[in-house]
Amino acid sequence: MVSLILILFVSLFFSGFIIRTKSILSGRKGPGIFQPMRDIFRLWKKGSVVSKTTSFIFQIAPSAYFASVLMAVLMIPHGKNPGFISFDGDFIMFAYLLAFGKFLMIVSALDTGSSFEGMGASREALFSMLVEPAFFILLGSFALFTGHTSFHQIFSTLHYGSQISYLLGGLASFVLVMIAMIENSRMPLDDPKTHLELTMIHEVMILDNSGFDLGTIMYTTNLKFAMYGAIISNFFIGVLPVEISIPMFFMIQIGFAMAVGIIESFMARFRMGHNPQFVFILTSVSLLIFFGVLLVLGKFV
Amino acid sequence: MEKSLIEIFNLLAIVAIASIPFLKTKGRGILVLCIITLQVIIASANAFSVFANGSVEYFYPGSFVTGAIPMRIDYLSAWFILVISFTFLTGGWYGVQYMKRYSSLTNNLALHAAAFILLYTALIDICVVQNSLVLLVVWEIMALSSFIVIIFEHDKIRTLQAGINFLIQSHVCILFLTIAFMWVKVKTGSYDLNAIGFFSASQNNLTSLALFLFFFAGFAIKSGFVPFHTWLPLAHPAAPAHISGIMSGVIIKIGIYGILRILMVIKTDMVTVGFFILFVSVITGLYGVMLAIVQHNLKKLLAYHSIENIGIIGIGIGLGCLGLGYNNQILIVAGFGGALLHVLNHSLFKSLLFFSAGNVYQFTHTMNIESFGGLIKKLPRSGYLFLIGSLAICGLPPFNGFISEFFLYSGLFNGLIFGNFKFILFVLFSILGLVIIGGLALICFTKAFGIVFLGTPREELHEEKNIEIPLRIWPMYLIVLMIMMIGLFPLIFNSYLLNIIGLYEPALNPQTKIIFSETLTRLSFVGWYSLGFIGLVLAVYYLKLLITRNRIVVPETTWGCAYTGPAKKMQYTASSFVRSYRKLAAPILSIKKEKREAAGLYPQHIMQKTHAHDKIEKWLIDKPLLMIRKLLSSFVFLQNGNIQAYILYGFIFVGLALLLPSVIEQIVVIFKFLNQL
Repeated sequence: MVSLILILFVSLFFSGFIIRTKSILSGRKGPGIFQPMRDIFRLWKKGSVVSKTTSFIFQIAPSAYFASVLMAVLMIPHGKNPGFISFDGDFIMFAYLLAFGKFLMIVSALDTGSSFEGMGASREALFSMLVEPAFFILLGSFALFTGHTSFHQIFSTLHYGSQISYLLGGLASFVLVMIAMIENSRMPLDDPKTHLELTMIHEVMILDNSGFDLGTIMYTTNLKFAMYGAIISNFFIGVLPVEISIPMFFMIQIGFAMAVGIIESFMARFRMGHNPQFVFILTSVSLLIFFGVLLVLGKFV
Repeated sequence: MEKSLIEIFNLLAIVAIASIPFLKTKGRGILVLCIITLQVIIASANAFSVFANGSVEYFYPGSFVTGAIPMRIDYLSAWFILVISFTFLTGGWYGVQYMKRYSSLTNNLALHAAAFILLYTALIDICVVQNSLVLLVVWEIMALSSFIVIIFEHDKIRTLQAGINFLIQSHVCILFLTIAFMWVKVKTGSYDLNAIGFFSASQNNLTSLALFLFFFAGFAIKSGFVPFHTWLPLAHPAAPAHISGIMSGVIIKIGIYGILRILMVIKTDMVTVGFFILFVSVITGLYGVMLAIVQHNLKKLLAYHSIENIGIIGIGIGLGCLGLGYNNQILIVAGFGGALLHVLNHSLFKSLLFFSAGNVYQFTHTMNIESFGGLIKKLPRSGYLFLIGSLAICGLPPFNGFISEFFLYSGLFNGLIFGNFKFILFVLFSILGLVIIGGLALICFTKAFGIVFLGTPREELHEEKNIEIPLRIWPMYLIVLMIMMIGLFPLIFNSYLLNIIGLYEPALNPQTKIIFSETLTRLSFVGWYSLGFIGLVLAVYYLKLLITRNRIVVPETTWGCAYTGPAKKMQYTASSFVRSYRKLAAPILSIKKEKREAAGLYPQHIMQKTHAHDKIEKWLIDKPLLMIRKLLSSFVFLQNGNIQAYILYGFIFVGLALLLPSVIEQIVVIFKFLNQL
């Protein structure tokens, strides 16, 4: 319950923070942090243009995409407060729910019969496939580390004993930040501000969505960012009482948003052909974490 | 009661096949429907009564060749009887409508109808008979009748090639099984399957492992484990749609039944067996889906996906064996439970996908994915049914595929926690494999569904009339009903699964049983969350409709970057959709590319073709075959077409056969003499 409210709240200004960071770094004042949310509200009030080629799938996909992310958010705990839904192996369902949303978004892009959108769909399908192993191995490592298989139990029993375990926490945050960047199609992989369809991934998939649906998709992106931020924060909150954990949560989320802004300001987008290698790095880093955990547990023979 | 039911079941088949010659084509169709439906009812009643009252065992005296013929229907048989029966029920009803398009081929249809009934009867009997000799005979009947149903369109050379390939590989499978069964028979003197248990218990580990490997090789050919999978992608596109669905749904599963049955009786080192099956299965799953993505033929794509799903089932079996070896209850439940449930699940969504593909084939008369597009407007029901099948096969909630994959993941992650180093490494490998399989399946089915059913047609397509008639669609709705039932209420199947899993722990104490049932309940609780998820999706969509009901919606052409004359050829194609994947996987796959680019002042027609080849098929089947052919071609002078020469060969053979024993005898005498010196 706590985490749901917190995540929903953070999702309102998360991308505003990214934009603000980027503007300040490039020497501009920049819009207020709630500006992206205002844009979304404006979109929610608009009518829409729908391609004649499309079918019902195009209509329901954005809603299903939003619902899948919302359902995934319900599983995220906040420190020792479990999420709305918590059961053994919930992170498996978490990943598969996100995949469900992605599946529908990909086919809805193909639904338009466009010459561009298939391209984005193809890339999104490939990159999200490549990023899955990193996520599963990461959570597998922590399941091994703590001996539990649900988000809540993993995070509430996570404690850092030795120096190696701090290193593991740091590496895990890195992997999760990168997963969040890839899942949301942000900078090193994809540039949301690019103006050339040929170089886009996520943006080109939603070229034909407009009005309410576009607003929903954009809000879902924010929600997803806040969700990954919440997972990262859980690595540090542990069993701290709520008075300390909530400010910490906000600090971590803001730190995350600023990190995204900084990455986007100082990095150029990779060449499309190099992206798979980059995504593979994440899997190897999470394998490193896995073997680190084995080392800590003394199971390395 | 069970005994007489099985007898009636077989008798019905005989009567039906005997009366087929005396009927007209329409009558044959009705007869097949009636008989299959009746048989399904009898078989299911039998299976349910076994689940209710426990296993049944009875004996036929048999002849002096076979010895006593034990018939045992335990929970495992009953489960497979149910799976097979359901697929045959839907496949039969769908198939009769499908075959109406070929009503002019009366003789072919009659043969097909007889073989269809025979196939179903043989499959059910395989689950029941426990005398290895009789089992081999029934297995042979099954192989032959499936050969006949596959080559329905035998006027096409490709169909015949695929059929003969299937026939040969089926017999290699029978060869392995015969060796294994005869080995046991020679050593123990009994054809009873339980003799395998006594035999393997009395032997050392290595011998019983070797025996298991023989069985596994035989059953693996039938079920399509890599590297024995090469018949599947050929046979599936060649067969009519309902046969493809049945073949993928249940015929390959009979191999899984064999493996599960052998694991139940054999006494060997379960840890080694578990690791072996796990390893083979992960490779199978990965290889299947990697090749599926690059296929251009819709049915071939689905066939490669069957290989992938066999891999997933195998992962479950491997986990279960490891659970037995390490005595870990959660692993046993998650592994065997997941495998058994996936057997059912795969038979459901795969037959649904094949039936939809059959509708597409009869509508357009092609299976080339590149020419399709926008079919969801022409065949809306098939389209949405295909979508449900695709979502289910990708293992996405709230459909049934998710439940079985969730079982497997839970087993794997739990295994991670308790195991030792070697075990953890294997589990890590399997998790990686399963995750990548899931991700690749997503690419594969977004491609298959998106390109075939969405957008606009990429070529001028033939449009047959009256494809989606209710009689043809209702079996598919029935499948969807089952899919949703498993996806949302997996609890229903708990008691069945519990009974079957119990068979693997003969010394089941009440405490383990409680752990079993608790684990199962905990695992299947995930269905309720799936239900919640459906509710959430519908609520969000309803909210959207509510908010936007007064908004203006302008229909327009698809945005083409301000280019307003979009042509259907400008759409993304299936090949371009998987291009980045193809480049990534190029070292593992072997893809031949032909290309003609625009050149010169007046460029000619440009084109690009890609052909995906199966590397394993090339090295394991094609190359050795070529070498054998080369070797044998040196003896081609023997085949000179001269009848006298052939008679001479006959005499030489008979002479050798008669003389050989006495020659050997003389040699032995000489040896003995030499030894005495």
